[in-house]
Amino acid sequence: MKALWITLTFIVFAVLLGAPVVRIAYGAWDEGWSGFSEGLTRPEAVHALMMTGLIVVIVTLINGLFGVMLALYLVRAKWLGPQVKRIMNSIVDLPFAVSPVIGGLMIVLLLGPDTALGSLLDQAGVKIVYALPGMVIATLFVTFPLIIREVMPVLQEIGDQQEEAAHLLGAYGWTTFWRVTWPSIRWSVVYGVVLTVARTLGEFGAVLVVSGNILFKTQTATTLVYEDVENFNLTAANAVALVLAACSVGLLLFMEWAKSRRAS
Amino acid sequence: MHVEVRGLNKKFGDFQAVRNVEFAIGKGQLIGLLGPSGGGKTSILRMLAGLEKPDTGDILFHGRRVNDLPPQERGIGFVFQNYALFKHMTVAQNIAFGLEVKKWPKPKIKERIAELVELTGLAGFEKRYPHQLSGGQRQRVAFARALAPEPQLLLLDEPFAAIDAKIRHELRSWLREMIDRLGITSIFVTHDQDEAIEVADEIMIINKGQVEQKGTPWEIYQNPQTPFVASFIGESTVVENIASLRGFEDAASWPGTRALIRPEYVEVGQENEFILLSATERGRVSHVHFRGSEWLVEVQVGQIKLVTYRSLEKSVLKPGDEVRVLVHRAYLFNDNDNWVMENKLKQEDPLPVHI
Repeated sequence: MKALWITLTFIVFAVLLGAPVVRIAYGAWDEGWSGFSEGLTRPEAVHALMMTGLIVVIVTLINGLFGVMLALYLVRAKWLGPQVKRIMNSIVDLPFAVSPVIGGLMIVLLLGPDTALGSLLDQAGVKIVYALPGMVIATLFVTFPLIIREVMPVLQEIGDQQEEAAHLLGAYGWTTFWRVTWPSIRWSVVYGVVLTVARTLGEFGAVLVVSGNILFKTQTATTLVYEDVENFNLTAANAVALVLAACSVGLLLFMEWAKSRRAS
Repeated sequence: MHVEVRGLNKKFGDFQAVRNVEFAIGKGQLIGLLGPSGGGKTSILRMLAGLEKPDTGDILFHGRRVNDLPPQERGIGFVFQNYALFKHMTVAQNIAFGLEVKKWPKPKIKERIAELVELTGLAGFEKRYPHQLSGGQRQRVAFARALAPEPQLLLLDEPFAAIDAKIRHELRSWLREMIDRLGITSIFVTHDQDEAIEVADEIMIINKGQVEQKGTPWEIYQNPQTPFVASFIGESTVVENIASLRGFEDAASWPGTRALIRPEYVEVGQENEFILLSATERGRVSHVHFRGSEWLVEVQVGQIKLVTYRSLEKSVLKPGDEVRVLVHRAYLFNDNDNWVMENKLKQEDPLPVHI
C-alpha cells in the first residue's frame, strides 16, 4: 500500500513537473544544435530576450526599493493609524487575488490611448500603453507583494527594540537602518528579489494585454514563445522556453541556498 | 545628572497611562520605579528616554528642558527588558556601536571596550554572539553597551525579569555595586518589591499612572501614605472589622475603617511564650506551610484570618492547635485618612506584676 502511494506520488511529480521540462529540452534539440541556436539568435528572439531582461532589471530595482520601504512603514510607522495600516496591508495582496490579465486591462483602461490621461501623456510624447513603461507598470503590479510579504514577517519578529537601542546610542535613521535593521532583513530581501525576478521572467498575461505583442518593439520572451507556437515554429519556441526554464531552475537553486543562509 | 519631571501626562488612545507625574532625582541616586504591571512605569521611563512624547508636562535634565530633544541627543544609557542586543554583532561590536556612531577615534574605542569588558566580567567573551551567551551574560553586555558612551543617566527597564531566580540575586548586588562605583544617576523599573527594596536608594511606587509615594524603602515600609502602598509593599491581610480585636477597640469610633495587618505585626504561640498574655487573643491554627527558612502560619481569630511567620527554632504548631495571638499594630485606613494604630493593651499593662 505504502509502495503504491510512493509510486503514485512519483508519477504525479514526473507527469506534472518533469515531463514538460524534458519535452521542452527535447523539442529544442530536435533539429540539433543549429535549430536551437537558430531559435535563439534570430533577431526577434534576441530582441525579446533583451526586453525581458530590461524589464527584470527595472522591476526588480523599483520593487526592491519600494517594497522594503513599504514593508518598513507598514510595520514600524507610528504616523499611520492601525486602521490605515490594516487596509493598506490587505491592498498589498490585491495582485495575488486579481488575475494578471485583469491587472493589465486595468492599466490599459487607465492609461490607454483612448483615455484622458493616456492622450494627455501621448501629446507630451510619453507612450505608456503598448510601450515599455506600460509593460514595466504591469509587471510591477503583478510582483508588488512578493518582497513586502517576505520582509514584513521578519520585521515583525525582530521587533523595534534593537532600533530603539540604536537610537539611544546616538544613531539616526539611516545609520540605524544600515547597521541594525538591514543585517536582519537582508536574506528575506534576497529571497523576495529572487521571487520577483522569477515572476517577472515568466509573466505573460498582464504583459500581453499591455504590450500588444508588437514584433521588435514590445515583444518579450514569453509572448514570443506564444507567437512561435501560434505559427507552428515549435523548435524556436522550445529553444526560448528552455532558456527561460533554465533561468528559473537556476533561481530556484539560488533561492534554496539563500534560504539556508537565512536560517543560519 | 539631576532629573526633574513636572506635570507629566500620557494617553494611549483612551487609556491614561501616566497621570500628572512629578518628581525630582538628585545626582548619583539609584531610584526604583515599583508598581504593578501596566501601571505606567515603563511609559515614564520611555518618556525620559525620548522614545515616547509626553502629551503634557516637562522633563528637565540639569534644569534644562529636553522634551524636544530626540533620544539620540539625550545622553542616556538604556537597558531593555529583553536586552535588545544587536544579534548579528559580537559582544565587542555591540559595545563599540555607540562609540562608532559618536565617531570616537579607533584606539579610544578599543580602550573603552577593554575597560567595560573588564568591569562587567565579560573578558574572553568579546568575540561571541549574543545567542552564544547565557541570560546573565547578555544582561551584562546590555549594561556595558549602555554605559559605553559615558551617559549621565542610566535607565533600566525590568533589568532582571528574564533571568532565573538564583542569578538574579547575584546580578542585583553586582548592579548595585557597579552603580555605586560609577556614581551614575540611575532609574530602574520593576514589579518585584524585593528587588526594589534591596537595590534602590529611593523607591517610587507607581500605580494607575500616578506616583503614590516616594521615599527610602524603610520610610515606605514604615509609613505608607496610601492604602495601595501599604498593601503593595510587604505581605498583608486586610481585616474588615478591626475593632473586634483586643487592643484595637478604639477603631470603632471611625466607622467604615478597615485595617491592614502584616505577618510581621502578628505573633503566634503557646500561652507560655507571651509575657503580656492579657493583650493576646485566642485563636486556632488553620494551616501551616513550610517556607524554607520559617513556618507560615494561618490562624483563625474569631471571624478574622491572620497570617504570620514562626521561627523554626520554636515548637512546631499543627493545624487545629489552640494558640495565643498577639497583634502588635495595624495599619488603618478609610476613604479620607490612614494611620498606624498600636495595640493599646501592649503599652498599658493592666495587671502590673510587683515582685
